Amino acid sequence: MNNSVTNTVRLFGAGLRALLMLTLVTGVIYPLLVTGIAQGLFHDKANGSEIEAHGKVVGSSLIGQPYNLPLKKGQETPDPDLKWFQGRPANGLGTNSLNTQYSLLLSGATNLAADSEDLVQQVKDAKAAVVKNNSVPGYTVKPSQVPADAVTSSASGLDPDISPRYADIQVHRVAVKNGLPVAQVKKLVEDRTEGRMAGFIGEPRVNVLELNIALKDLVAER
Amino acid sequence: MGPVLAGVLQLLALIGALALAYVPLGNYMAKVYSSDKHWRVEKWIYKGIGANPDTEMRWVSYLRGVLAFSVAGVLFLYLLQRLQGSLPGSLGFSSIEPAQAFDTAASFVTNTNWQSYYGEQAMGHVVQTAGLAVQNFVSAAVGIAVAVALVRGFARSRTGELGNFWADLVRGTVRVLVPIAAVAAVVLVACGALQNFSGIHEVGQFMGGSQQWNGGAVASQEAIKELGTNGGGYFNANSSHPFENPTPFTNLFEIFLILVIPLAMTRAFGVMVGSVKQGYAILATMVTIWVGFVALMMWTEFAHHGPALQAAGGALEGKETRFGVGGSALFAVSTTLTSTGAVDSFHSSFTGLGGGITMLGMMLGEIAPGGVGSGLYGMLIMAIIAVFIAGLMVGRTPEYLGKKIGSREIKLAACYILVTPALVLIFTAASVALPTPPNSMLNSGAHGFSEVLYAFTSASNNNGSAFAGLNANTDWFNTTTGLAMLLGRFVPMVFVLALAGSLAEQKPVPATAGTLRTEKPLFTGLLVGAILIITGLTYFPALALGPLAEGLA
Repeated sequence: MNNSVTNTVRLFGAGLRALLMLTLVTGVIYPLLVTGIAQGLFHDKANGSEIEAHGKVVGSSLIGQPYNLPLKKGQETPDPDLKWFQGRPANGLGTNSLNTQYSLLLSGATNLAADSEDLVQQVKDAKAAVVKNNSVPGYTVKPSQVPADAVTSSASGLDPDISPRYADIQVHRVAVKNGLPVAQVKKLVEDRTEGRMAGFIGEPRVNVLELNIALKDLVAER
Repeated sequence: MGPVLAGVLQLLALIGALALAYVPLGNYMAKVYSSDKHWRVEKWIYKGIGANPDTEMRWVSYLRGVLAFSVAGVLFLYLLQRLQGSLPGSLGFSSIEPAQAFDTAASFVTNTNWQSYYGEQAMGHVVQTAGLAVQNFVSAAVGIAVAVALVRGFARSRTGELGNFWADLVRGTVRVLVPIAAVAAVVLVACGALQNFSGIHEVGQFMGGSQQWNGGAVASQEAIKELGTNGGGYFNANSSHPFENPTPFTNLFEIFLILVIPLAMTRAFGVMVGSVKQGYAILATMVTIWVGFVALMMWTEFAHHGPALQAAGGALEGKETRFGVGGSALFAVSTTLTSTGAVDSFHSSFTGLGGGITMLGMMLGEIAPGGVGSGLYGMLIMAIIAVFIAGLMVGRTPEYLGKKIGSREIKLAACYILVTPALVLIFTAASVALPTPPNSMLNSGAHGFSEVLYAFTSASNNNGSAFAGLNANTDWFNTTTGLAMLLGRFVPMVFVLALAGSLAEQKPVPATAGTLRTEKPLFTGLLVGAILIITGLTYFPALALGPLAEGLA
């Protein structure tokens, strides 16, 4: 009995020492080595791919952000600022409920099911809003023209991209609101449309922040 | 090019890349676990442990090593989380509550990585890097070690000796996982994944104001998270978060990392038992099921049935633009047919049938190709069951790889395949029958039931993905999923190692004209059939109440 207790203790000690040795290798040396290489070779990317416009950091090119008007009195959700291209809905995005000394972005999806009535309502409302907001005199958006990414929440809630089709149906509205020729805005979208990588990996997309920065430049030039 | 064709081409490219890695990596791993030489760094580690790596262990000693190491892992990780509030380098984050700390410790030590917490707001640098990421490595190395012990059971005869656990653990970590993960991490950073130890970033926004996100050693954890089929995300959104999975290329690359070791293990197995053809038969079984599931998943997701998806005009709810439906379907199948559980899209918002496919993938026991190590030993257990069934048909004693499958062996194999279904069905039934646990469901009806079924399927099979609408951060779910993960990991390992010991003691039976040729396509067909029928019979009633009811509605 006594012997088996001693053996168990000895064995557990070996387990603990193995864990500590391997923690040194995989939890200290490995991450520091990778961080060293990353900071040396890819400094900007390793630190969040921050993007500047007019000398000011305006976000990360990888993280989507809202383009809304300031919240009006009595309003719970702000209205989109229609001067700018809009990203995807992010109904699963939250703010932190723990460690509230910070206000961190809490990534996430809605997790609503394909047959959820709540989700059906969210999609219908989003579609109606996209049709209404993007129809300007001389250009009417039909519900069938609205692509799926415009009315569904992304997985992370931080999707930086929209589909080229969603960008296209926003072109007329953006042109009108900024007093720019439609052709010029259209070209802006075309120039910033990224195709599939190597022709087949992923889906074509437009980075909304980069597009809006270019749009702002265009407006400033006028 | 349409999205469907692009999806198919991504699948083909992935198969091509995996095929290129198969022979070199498999041969390398066979050499790692057969070599007599120790690297210098390994000798230092053995000295630190106080273990002699050349001592042969019988199955009980090997198992005791596994358990001692894992108990130490659970305790250490639990304490690290409980003490987080006082640890430097933790961004000032507070300590984790006991039930959640237990759940998380059990989760990462069992290679599950079920997460009832939000990574970005709960876990600081020290817990993430020196706790969670370490278990990403070592739990994977433990899985591979147990698989290697079983392979030795087939390869050796007239001995009960299965190798040395400490040597297998250290070699798997130092020679296999760390080098590949280091290269992969650098590739991920080059594409945009974070890798720093700075505090909270506060950056300006286009419309004014600012946003806050935490930095951290993300790429280094992401690499081993996929490579070790772990799946615990640095951020809540897991591999859909642009800082974990920034581009369509990294998406495909991460799927490659998930699959590469489990598939190459079949090569290492073939080399170690002296017949690479036996490895090919197992590989063919895994690939058949995987490709079949990918095809089904792409079909149902591109067809986007379900009222909300029909209204939207595509199954993009819970999916990222850059990956699209094709890349997301490929990831979802690969993560649930292995024990990974990382997600690049949220399975709860998939079509009813798509969600069912992810669940069925886990219910197969995660053997196609399965977790690192656990996939191979799970599949070899199914192979034993299949030769047993074939033996019954022709009325002769079944053999596999020159070893008789007698009553002791078949009892151990049968016990193995009963453990996880029992855990899944009992815990799910209890959660639905008790008054309060159902309050955690986000959705109602069939989908609500699926959330609970998914949770226990994921935990018991050590997957870790979720129908994440379920609020799993309650005492009930933290405790029960924690137990399901521990029992679902270590009880099967007991049967695997006992089986390995019993096989290693046998003397080989010479193959005769009546021996079932287990390297032939006929056997692969039999094995696929046995897997599907056994799983189908076990889970059909539960699946009918959840995803099938939703998908056929």
